[in-house]
Amino acid sequence: MLLYALKRLVYVLPVAFGVSIVCFLLVHLAPGDPLTAIMPIDATAEQQAQMRAAYGFDKPLPVQYGIWLFKVLQGDLGASIASGRPVASEVGRAVGNSLILASLATLIGFGFGTFFGFVAGYFRGSPLDRLASVVSILGVSVPHYWLGMVMVIVFSALLGWLPSTGAGPGGSTAWRFDWEHLQYIILPAVTMSAIPMGIIARTVRALVADILSQDFVQALRAKGMGEWPVFKHVVRNAAPTALAVMGLQLGYLLGGSILIETVFAWPGTGFLLNTAIFQRDLPLLQGTILVLALFFVALNLIVDVLQSSLDPRIQRG
Amino acid sequence: MSMTAEPIVEAVGLTVDFASAKGPIRAVSGVDLSLKPGETLALLGESGSGKSVSLRALMRLHPSSAKIGGSVRVDGRDVLAMSARELSAYRGKIVSMIFQDPGLAFDPVYRIGDQIAEAVMRHERVSRAEARKRALELFERVRIPSPERRLDNYPHEMSGGMRQRAMIALALACRPKVLLADEPTTALDATVQIQVLLLLRELQREFGLAIVFVTHDVGVAVEIADRIAVMYAGRIVESGPCADVIRNAAHPYTRGLLSSRSHGALGKDERLKAIPGSPPDLAAPPPGCAFGPRCESFAEVCGSAMPDNVVVSSSHIARCVRLAIRNSSQPGG
Repeated sequence: MLLYALKRLVYVLPVAFGVSIVCFLLVHLAPGDPLTAIMPIDATAEQQAQMRAAYGFDKPLPVQYGIWLFKVLQGDLGASIASGRPVASEVGRAVGNSLILASLATLIGFGFGTFFGFVAGYFRGSPLDRLASVVSILGVSVPHYWLGMVMVIVFSALLGWLPSTGAGPGGSTAWRFDWEHLQYIILPAVTMSAIPMGIIARTVRALVADILSQDFVQALRAKGMGEWPVFKHVVRNAAPTALAVMGLQLGYLLGGSILIETVFAWPGTGFLLNTAIFQRDLPLLQGTILVLALFFVALNLIVDVLQSSLDPRIQRG
Repeated sequence: MSMTAEPIVEAVGLTVDFASAKGPIRAVSGVDLSLKPGETLALLGESGSGKSVSLRALMRLHPSSAKIGGSVRVDGRDVLAMSARELSAYRGKIVSMIFQDPGLAFDPVYRIGDQIAEAVMRHERVSRAEARKRALELFERVRIPSPERRLDNYPHEMSGGMRQRAMIALALACRPKVLLADEPTTALDATVQIQVLLLLRELQREFGLAIVFVTHDVGVAVEIADRIAVMYAGRIVESGPCADVIRNAAHPYTRGLLSSRSHGALGKDERLKAIPGSPPDLAAPPPGCAFGPRCESFAEVCGSAMPDNVVVSSSHIARCVRLAIRNSSQPGG
């Protein structure tokens, strides 16, 4: 098992290398010069060239990449063009906030998703199944920024139960585990959980329906197992796939929640990306994308190892 | 086997209906089975004849939407009257089952040894260690090589023949009185088939098991059975001692089954004889004898009513109206 994990870790290295190239190039594909945005309009060509040299934009791309990668490996993602602060710390804080939000959303989504999925899978064709299907389809298809706004209108504006935006009292962006901070996360987390809930519910429903139709379930009943022990076998068989889907959903939420983070002004990576894109803040954009991509690679690795440890049929060679 | 022993399995007028969009479909319509301890009955028939459905009805293994009628008594108990709790205590303890494809009948993510131990712990108050010990004994008994190591195998790590041996070990784990075998050799290679059949026969003698053996293979039925019951379209059309049914087949369907096998070498241009047509649609069975439309000697009388059982010789009976006509024209025959 440990050997398999190490092996998978080695496979990750070339992937991470590829990711770094794509991150670097993607940003250079975008039209427009980041420096024109921060330079005064009346700057001379000489001043512009000076600035370009200061940021290294005058060198050929491979050299720029080499320098960038060298710094990245030392943990230096450069400085934000807009704010001048180091990218690493900006991204670090945002990733922390997003990770909290995405994890909570995934947990909520996984909990409800598996519940609905099991109910639907066990009672296929019943009204319960149809109800669960409707809930899961709504979860996937309702635009979540719209859902977010509705939540804000209902729970903040009308009922006044929960704050509408931000990550803490007084616009603080540092996270702490107390009710003061916790109440800020509830609305965005619930909104964000709609998609993983729908996807996991549908996956689990299909899994459970498939497992229940397999011979071994009948064989379990034939040896005298009651519903509860059979259920445990079903869970154990569904777990590898369900957990894999959950892991990937966490990855998507980590970087793909720009709309929700914007609606709720949650100081996470989505919010940061949004800012970086509109300000053409190249180093910030590069750094954020790189960190998110590496998180995704790491999640994939964890999911792979977890899945193979739960399902003996997956070759651990 | 004593002739006076009470039957351990007795089904009378067994029916099984499945719900479908077009209304209930009668997959088994009035099957009588009687089996004494130590006896082997082969249920022989094509796919869709109701043989597996009848077998599963003996432990009520159908989805709850299926309706089972008639009466089923096993070891003196009324199976159809059992509560869910009684049923699960009965399954695996009094009656156990081996399946067609042992590759699918084990949970793929549990070790085989644990799956056997699970059954032992379900029915007997023993520790996990003791249950594992029982599993090891059983593995030795069914002659699985290096049994200790094999207990820790997952199903996909075993060959088909070995998995079926493990399945037999699992079925016998709690010393059942009746073994239901659902085409247990169909998924196996020919050489492995014979080994498994021999093993079953040997274990039957040792445990005094009554076996109901479902198969579509006449050769396998002859190999293992004391008695054969031939099923067609949800009914037993002929039943009797193995030798009588094979040597003196009375029902045209049985004769068709027997002649559709190859005996030794078949000439290059010789064709294997097959029964024309296909089994009837159970949702819309033909009037009268279900085999009528495919029967070589179909007569008008065959289409009027389902023929009753006709005694061919002492315990050999067949459902064919032409036999009844022949018997009545030759009284005492």
